[in-house]
Amino acid sequence: MIKNISNLGDAALYCDFGTEVNKEINSKVIRYFKSIQKENIDGINNLTPSYNKLIISFDLRKKNFQTIKQQIENLNVINDDTLESNKIKIPVCCDENFSLDIKRLEEKLQITRDKIYEKFFGKEFFCYMTGFIAGMPFLGDLENELQAKRLETPRVKVPKGSVGLTEQFANVYTFESPGGWNIIGNTPQVIFDSTKENNPNLINPGDVVIFEQINKDQYYNINE
Amino acid sequence: MNKNYFEIKRAGINTTFQDQGRVNLYHIGIPFSGAMDNRNFQISNKLVGNEVNFPTIEFAFQGPLLKYFGENINFAITGDVKFIIRKKSNAIEGNCYQSFTLENGDELDIISTNKSVYGYLAVSGEFEVNYQWSSCSVNTKANIGANNGKKIEDGQNIYILNINKNLSDKKLNYINTKIENIRVIQGTNFDYFSDEGKKIFFEKEFVISKLSDRMGMRLEGPKIENIVDTNIKSEGLLKGVIQVPADGNPIIMLSDHGTIGGYPKIGVVISADYDKLVQLTPGSNIKFKKVELADAESLFKLYDLETQNLISQI
Repeated sequence: MIKNISNLGDAALYCDFGTEVNKEINSKVIRYFKSIQKENIDGINNLTPSYNKLIISFDLRKKNFQTIKQQIENLNVINDDTLESNKIKIPVCCDENFSLDIKRLEEKLQITRDKIYEKFFGKEFFCYMTGFIAGMPFLGDLENELQAKRLETPRVKVPKGSVGLTEQFANVYTFESPGGWNIIGNTPQVIFDSTKENNPNLINPGDVVIFEQINKDQYYNINE
Repeated sequence: MNKNYFEIKRAGINTTFQDQGRVNLYHIGIPFSGAMDNRNFQISNKLVGNEVNFPTIEFAFQGPLLKYFGENINFAITGDVKFIIRKKSNAIEGNCYQSFTLENGDELDIISTNKSVYGYLAVSGEFEVNYQWSSCSVNTKANIGANNGKKIEDGQNIYILNINKNLSDKKLNYINTKIENIRVIQGTNFDYFSDEGKKIFFEKEFVISKLSDRMGMRLEGPKIENIVDTNIKSEGLLKGVIQVPADGNPIIMLSDHGTIGGYPKIGVVISADYDKLVQLTPGSNIKFKKVELADAESLFKLYDLETQNLISQI
């Protein structure tokens, strides 16, 4: 199922599952990721699943590329139907203080903001991966009409909770961070909680996310 | 029981608690963090009789000024660092790789690192810190680790528990050598770059930009031309990975790096050279030398053996 395994530096395997981005390929990545987690292979110290790659890092004091590669090639991969998937609703407020790029998007996409919201809210999005910053989910796929490029000049600071779109993907900024996604709103929902060490992420790869529009009052009352 | 603590009279530029870092969290977006220069981190602990992975205070460029209150305690500083111990009657200029004793009311002024970036302060006791995922390492991006995931600040107190009653003086004869040649394995997108670009990468010198921190090191110099695509589908990153964005200037991922990125990877710094890499200061030159995987593996064995040897000499 892995098309090719190569080395990324001297302490990681680079597992290539293909070049396209779709749910089918990503599900394979996630199955490998979960299988390796389950096996608890000595020496592996990090796994990074993404759209169509899986990077396996290991402790060079304990293992090397060849030994880990062999173990991965002989791995028992779990079946699709054993994968857990949660459905998560995320409230989003699109007040003008939060929807930083809605005007820009109206121009880029040549549709009204109401149409943008109509095509975004209530739809099911698949979580391909989490990361970049802690807990940030990469969700897809957006309809063609919503697909826009990143900002030409990324923001130095995107506010925490911002919900952004780019290409066929949506995400949520779990922390204030630099970033170039088109921001359409903000969620008061805590997506990453570092005090929950066993499961700090609200959204995990394989989960389904549905965004729901809320008004300003609901936004400020949600954590009360 | 009397409390033993440091009062932070000046925090310094980037002063954080660090230990060996945390593992198995890339998939949720949390990097290793941990001491940037792992060898100097471990040595600092050994010089005060601690286990090598105890929490330390890492500082960059200008370090902290700390006033100590409590029973006698030993400390050691590693790296290439200028510091002064101010006692009631006199002031002593300190040496790295050597333990010193602090008495109640003494001040430790860590003035600056010399032609290097990071230094480490360890004490013969345990800094009172909170742990997340078995590590106190501070990641200021996600506010994870000791001190609520924040840098140490002016005016705060840092408490120390379980001070070792049997203080013994320790010393190591070691000098940090500086290298500008950093060895690199070709990256997974090496062929995204023009022949000229590849040549430039391994033959020309780059200058380390001021826009460098615990997350990454930006380089300036001749541009590396991309002939395929300046973006890839976002995928995992590692410390030491060298990405080249559309502007042609390489960025090296360091310990607090974002876990996912979408720029082509031209190379990866070998594990054996990482401690040396992080100590290169903004404005200095860096040059990459190509090595193969097998070389990188034996160079790491050598590095690790050397580190173990140094630690066992203390």
